[in-house]
Amino acid sequence: MANEILDDHIQNEYKWGFTTDIESETFAKGLNETVIRALSKKKNEPQWLLDIRLKAFAQWLTMPEPNNWAHVPYPKINFQDISYYSAPKVKPELKSLDEVDPELLKTFEKLGISLEEQKRLSGVQSNIAVDAVFDSVSVKTTFRETLAEKGVIFCSFSEAVQEHPELIKKYMGMVVPFADNYYAALNTAVFSDGSFCYIPKGVRCPMELSTYFRINSSGTGQFERTLIVADEGSFVSYLEGCTAPQRDENQLHAAVVEIIAHKGAEVKYSTVQNWYPGDKDGKGGIFNFVTKRGICLDENSKISWTQVETGSAITWKYPSVILKGDNSVGEFYSVAVTNNKQEADTGTKMIHIGKNTRSTIISKGISAGFSNNSYRGLVQIRKGAKNARNFSQCDSLLMGDTCGAHTFPYIEIKDKSAIVEHEATTSKIGEDQLFYCKQRGIDTEKAVALIVNGYCKEVLNKLPMEFAVEAQKLLAISLEGSVG
Amino acid sequence: MISIKNLHASINGKEILKGINLEVKAGEIHAIMGPNGSGKSTLSSVLAGREDYDVTEGEVIFNGKNLLDMSAEDRAREGLFLAFQYPIEIPGVSNINFLKTAINEIRAYNGKEAMEAKDFLALVKEKQKLVELDAKLTGRSVNEGFSGGEKKRNEIFQMAILEPKLAILDETDSGLDIDALRIVANGVNKLHSKNNAFIVITHYQRLLDHIVPDFVHILYNGQIVKSGTKELALELEAKGYDDIKHQFEKLQG
Ligand SMILES: Nc1ncnc2c1ncn2[C@@H]1O[C@H](COP(=O)(O)OP(=O)(O)OP(=O)(O)O)[C@@H](O)[C@H]1O
Ligand SMILES: [Mg+2]
Repeated sequence: MANEILDDHIQNEYKWGFTTDIESETFAKGLNETVIRALSKKKNEPQWLLDIRLKAFAQWLTMPEPNNWAHVPYPKINFQDISYYSAPKVKPELKSLDEVDPELLKTFEKLGISLEEQKRLSGVQSNIAVDAVFDSVSVKTTFRETLAEKGVIFCSFSEAVQEHPELIKKYMGMVVPFADNYYAALNTAVFSDGSFCYIPKGVRCPMELSTYFRINSSGTGQFERTLIVADEGSFVSYLEGCTAPQRDENQLHAAVVEIIAHKGAEVKYSTVQNWYPGDKDGKGGIFNFVTKRGICLDENSKISWTQVETGSAITWKYPSVILKGDNSVGEFYSVAVTNNKQEADTGTKMIHIGKNTRSTIISKGISAGFSNNSYRGLVQIRKGAKNARNFSQCDSLLMGDTCGAHTFPYIEIKDKSAIVEHEATTSKIGEDQLFYCKQRGIDTEKAVALIVNGYCKEVLNKLPMEFAVEAQKLLAISLEGSVG
Repeated sequence: MISIKNLHASINGKEILKGINLEVKAGEIHAIMGPNGSGKSTLSSVLAGREDYDVTEGEVIFNGKNLLDMSAEDRAREGLFLAFQYPIEIPGVSNINFLKTAINEIRAYNGKEAMEAKDFLALVKEKQKLVELDAKLTGRSVNEGFSGGEKKRNEIFQMAILEPKLAILDETDSGLDIDALRIVANGVNKLHSKNNAFIVITHYQRLLDHIVPDFVHILYNGQIVKSGTKELALELEAKGYDDIKHQFEKLQG
């Protein structure tokens, strides 16, 4: 029965699949030292940064491409067939929003992020500051002045390189070393832009900070870098959203995100990842191979990752926390949805080094269609991490019987005082539940949304309000047509 | 209200309902009794539109419309309600949110606008009182971790909120303590009017002391083999199903 219903696939439209006709400057395809030098020059970078890029590139050349990683077979990527820099032709220095290309503004409007609105609201209180990254460059960061009053730095990575080189030099690569892995090395060599944020001592960031990533040009890759530094006793909540046009080709997104939390600081990082997932036959879509890692550098610090992953053709992503400071806390809350031919292999690593460190992992995987959804997580308790605690719960929900759910928990305990708990469940979306909803007048589509949102509640509750609402809608859209 | 004619239904090729005939008019209460496995829950599921069953013959007219042509959700929206013998748990979905979605879907179907949050909450308060449901339960996830009795009471609470035209109660009395039984029965009696109707499936006469039926039917082996007034239930209580079984076996020869 369930099968019959499932055969009845309706492919929903990817709403964000439009492209913007905008004049942009795009490098010729190909990757070599000359390209990297040109990129660095274009961005007017200091020598030390170019040196880092070149070192990372040399490393990358020697590294084998991780192929057939996990459960995920994918076509070989031709790195020479990608352009490593694409930027809208805008004036080099934007004094105000009025100077932003109107086409670009329209794009962000369509995405539901009105930079104009933001401008109107400035002065009045609003709770989200946005850094908009379009292809390779950051086009606009809102609310910089308001934030500056509190000493908060929130700007594009490129600007930070120019204006706060000492901070970049100190922190970049601290958590994700340049040659950490194949895609991190590639990112270090060719990263184009991203966001930088610094919260000074004792400051509670007065608003949510958010970066919105958009890949627009075809044949380009997106390699952005985000660096968040929370100084002693500070707090910041950071949001990241992403979409891309609908294209038949696969596009590569290989980002690096680093978070550093000093003594008593707390960073909440939330992602709603909605890159184009490809069509129902698996044609096109983004390869999302990102490295996200945070370090609780000093005592009593806390880093929490919350992610809602609905997009991308292939996702490999393991936002991790290194719990170095004593009493530090790491959290990972994740919802990953796969439909049609999508593949997701996601999870976290919690590395306990300090004493009394605690970590919590809540992962909810939902698979539909012919997709595969894996949780892969490592909990490592190093020697000397006295009284470390971890609680992990990994639930999988299957819709139909042509999809797969897998759980790979790795646990390494080198200190006997540790307490590590792991729970895992796999369930099928119940015909009984669906019938119960329908008997109360709720149609299948709404019933699925209701049941799935209920199933993910623990994670959705961790998202900031506005984001949670968006995430709920997104879950419903991603699963449209997956049942009946 | 509903008119069932020669209804045959099977599951996995096995015929369970073998020609049911039943006519329920507005304002009436019908009780259906019958031994375990006779097809009572099957009949309610088929009427509610569960897709696992194949209707092989027969016709059901519900308020002038062909019920069997409608999807399960549309049957609910037309005013058919089933209180489940085994209510389903939906983790993470609050009772309130569930009911609000349900009532607004039903209203939209009937061309009414969505209910204001304030009106809805007032309605919840009122009906909560009617079935003496613990206010804490309405905030919790649908049936999750509810005791057997609480689940049953929650079904009646939902019925009270949705105000159906025809409610089928499938063994709502089983698992209820004596007080809860009285409360549920009172709830049904208060909701009962000349414009709606109830089909009450039960094994026990005691429920029928509280909810007095206009007719009692005995379902046996997929057919209604005997119909009568409330005295039939008393008779059954005294004698059991033996007589009926014997008669049936004789018929089968
Ligand atoms: N999926 C199925 N496959 C085969 N037989 C089934 C299936 N579902 C129900 N049945 C059978 O149908 C018959 C009628 O079941 P039903 O649940 O309608 O009985 P009931 O009258 O409600 O019984 P009870 O009083 O125990 O609730 C039973 O013999 C049952 O085993
Ligand atoms: Mg039954």
